[in-house]
Amino acid sequence: MRARGTIGGLSRFVLTAGLALAGTVRLDAQGGAAPEVDNCRTCHEVITVERLAGPVKAYPADVHAEKGFSCAACHGGDPAIAGFEAMDPARGFVGVPTGRRLIQVCGRCHADAGFMHRYNPALRVDQVTEYQTSVHGQRLAQFGDTVVATCASCHPAHGIRPASDPKSSVHPLNVAETCGRCHADSTRMAPFGIPTDQRDRYRESVHWRALADRGDQSAPTCNDCHGNHGAAPPGVTWVGNVCGQCHAVMADYFGRSPHSDIFNRMGVPGCATCHSNHAIAAVSDTLLGVGEGTICGRCHDAGIGGGVVAATMRASLDSLRGAFALADSLLARAERAGMEVSQAQVDLGAARNALVQARAAIHTFRADSVGAYVASGLNVADTAVGRGRKALDDLRFRRVGLGISVGLILLLITGLLLKIRQHHAPVLEGES
Amino acid sequence: MSAPSVVRSWWARASAWLEDRVGLGGLGAVARKKTVPIHRHTLWYYLGGMTLFLFIVQLSTGVLLLFYYRPSADEAYESVQFLMAEVQFGWLVRSMHAWAANLMIFTLFVHFFSVLLLRAYRPPREITWVSGMALLGLALGFGFTGYLLPWNELAYFATRVGTEIVRVVPLAGDFLLRVLRGGDDVSGATLTRFYAIHVALLPATVITLVALHLYLVQRHGMSVPPSVERQGGRRREMRFIPDFLLRDLVGWLSALALLAALAAFIPAELGDKADPFVPAPAGIKPEWYFMFMFQTLKYLPAHILGLEGEAVGVIGFGLAGVLVLLIPFLDRGAARGRPGRIFTWIGVGILAYMIVLTILGYAANPTK
Amino acid sequence: MNSRTTGPRGSRRRFVNWLLGTSFGGMVLSVLYPVTRYLIPPRVAEAAASSVTLGFGPADIAPGTAKIFKFGNRPALLVRTVAGELRALSATCTHLGCIVQYRQDLGHIWCACHNGHFDLNGRNIAGPPPAPLETYVVRESGDQIVVTRGA
Repeated sequence: MRARGTIGGLSRFVLTAGLALAGTVRLDAQGGAAPEVDNCRTCHEVITVERLAGPVKAYPADVHAEKGFSCAACHGGDPAIAGFEAMDPARGFVGVPTGRRLIQVCGRCHADAGFMHRYNPALRVDQVTEYQTSVHGQRLAQFGDTVVATCASCHPAHGIRPASDPKSSVHPLNVAETCGRCHADSTRMAPFGIPTDQRDRYRESVHWRALADRGDQSAPTCNDCHGNHGAAPPGVTWVGNVCGQCHAVMADYFGRSPHSDIFNRMGVPGCATCHSNHAIAAVSDTLLGVGEGTICGRCHDAGIGGGVVAATMRASLDSLRGAFALADSLLARAERAGMEVSQAQVDLGAARNALVQARAAIHTFRADSVGAYVASGLNVADTAVGRGRKALDDLRFRRVGLGISVGLILLLITGLLLKIRQHHAPVLEGES
Repeated sequence: MSAPSVVRSWWARASAWLEDRVGLGGLGAVARKKTVPIHRHTLWYYLGGMTLFLFIVQLSTGVLLLFYYRPSADEAYESVQFLMAEVQFGWLVRSMHAWAANLMIFTLFVHFFSVLLLRAYRPPREITWVSGMALLGLALGFGFTGYLLPWNELAYFATRVGTEIVRVVPLAGDFLLRVLRGGDDVSGATLTRFYAIHVALLPATVITLVALHLYLVQRHGMSVPPSVERQGGRRREMRFIPDFLLRDLVGWLSALALLAALAAFIPAELGDKADPFVPAPAGIKPEWYFMFMFQTLKYLPAHILGLEGEAVGVIGFGLAGVLVLLIPFLDRGAARGRPGRIFTWIGVGILAYMIVLTILGYAANPTK
Repeated sequence: MNSRTTGPRGSRRRFVNWLLGTSFGGMVLSVLYPVTRYLIPPRVAEAAASSVTLGFGPADIAPGTAKIFKFGNRPALLVRTVAGELRALSATCTHLGCIVQYRQDLGHIWCACHNGHFDLNGRNIAGPPPAPLETYVVRESGDQIVVTRGA
């Protein structure tokens, strides 16, 4: 026997042996055909104990039920026999599988590529392998820890739906809640000494807002950064890689910036140092610089080194933002007054683009990179301001023109009225 | 000779020359003899002319718009945008056209109600009334077809909803829909069709009917309301030229000034280009002069006595229209100088109904 | 001379006639001026949004490069592939609306905002974008490039 403490060893042997043994047990659902007589259902349906009847009532909604797997496929036993003899361990009955047993039961099919091929060739078959690399899997294997998550913790046993189903516990909108069931429970997490505020902090983040409010399914939830079955927090040096999956430009700039090396040596987690890990707030230019409430100011002093760079970057972004806001408001005013400025507004979009690029360039932590984008943006914004002013001038011209024409018309009307009075409209007398 | 007298003798020689060749002097004589009664209801006499003036404004601005507008689904919106943004005073021409349309239909309705309530339809003016009712319908047709021409989002959906209504006509509904839309859906074919109707068919018909209407008005003279006739006493009149005409001109010029101000301060909007694949935006509503019908149809239940609610509504409006058309023939008392009170009530009732339903329509469907 | 235009009454008449004439003339001018300006075609050629002639020619865009141009109201991207073919697509990323760019090193289109990738047919091949980019038809006629909306 090898010493405890290694990932492999006895536990891995047991797991693998169990899988091998399980592989020899024939499943009663071959090609999706349900057994002719299912006595498990028949009895359990009418039992008044909720713990025993509940699963039967819930199971029809399960994706396994759809594919024709019956109770015995996971629980073993013989559905053809009515009565307690069906639940005989000699007939393969395993009762309610938990912990390592559960991994075996699920893994018997889900780790078998040839078997899964018959049902959904696109499904991955490495969940068990991944699980063994995760914190949950390691604690289960090493310490027999039964508190950690196993298959049924996230995929509720009799109501498993594909992740694309909005009712599924692992649909992107529901993942945070599923993980939070344990990780936000301070009593349960107490022995592990890890924080329990992740779910609530995540709900404050822009990523959650994008997912929940805008329905943007590309926004990340727990598993996108932590992995699904191989769940583990990103290591300090590779936070940037994880964020960089989507925020590639920022991660690239950051990786080549002076901060990358310094943060590694300080042992602080890259992107998360400034942006936090779970409560990632919407960024604004006010976070840049060395003043009150800025992020740079937490470490940098004003007037020297990095503080100067931060202040310079902030100043140039402010100037572009100001020019852009001015152009936008002028054009909006002209538009509200009825002037046709749609082309100018489209062209102003290039300044918006420059602002986005300049903000990304902050992560180079070099003022000239930011300055280059700001300069091109200012060009565009200035043109737009010019066009906005011209539109407002045209508006004034229209009003003046109107004043003149209406004035002339009023003059004409006055003349007519005088003419009318002059004539003293001779009233003709008719017959009564 | 003084300058004015030089001008006057030149004018006399030119008129004589024209008279020998064209000979319209007779018309001038008739016009000079024409008189207009003066009484407490004389103010209403100006409304027909006001509507005519606004129609002339529409014709002129419409012809100007033709210089730049392109009637195809691919180019209509862009051509209107170009007109508003790049063409000098294009915004003015388009905005005046849009505002004058609304003003014209407004004065048309006022003219209609004044004729109705003052019984100007009584014999011998029945055909004047019938031609006027036809003109009212055609004016609404102008409004409906013209609204689609910029091919913007609101117009596209309003036309979709509006043309859908014809489907409820029994038996011929679907056929009528296809003829109106130029196909099964509102598309570029609809635009071309509406364009043909708006710039050729309707103007030709309206101009003919207006000519008939004016001729009849000249023939029969201005109608004096029965209440004034009953009063008796001396009949006071003013000459058409120059007295009535001068006052007419004051009204017309005021309308022109109002149009210019509206065009400058509230220019015509364009919005987004029509896109058949975009879901209908919230709060589609028709132009204000259709609102009362639109709102009525919304209030009707889905089924009435086995028929579709909307069908009942449309047929109801049709019947109401026919009844109003026949009022001169139904109001026997008016011919005798003792108009039935019931028709006053009907007139006031229709007016009140239209106003209330229009207000409800805007209250219930707030603009975004 | 007309008796109606002599004497104090007459001078008032003359004044009113003058007022009428002048203001009428002024009004006619204030109508004729805009109408005349309106009828004169503007210098800017009309840009129908279904077809755009670009301001640069085929010689101005080298293989493996791209240029942004205006297609109606929207930004668009003209790409000359390494093989020499011209492609035109909408430049508005279908994720959150950023302007995309052509990456020569990748050989396809990329959005810097959240690392979205599109192939040269506009199909979204990686990253957050949920839908493909709209493609346009490019024609070279002589030394002009004309981009039109596809069928």
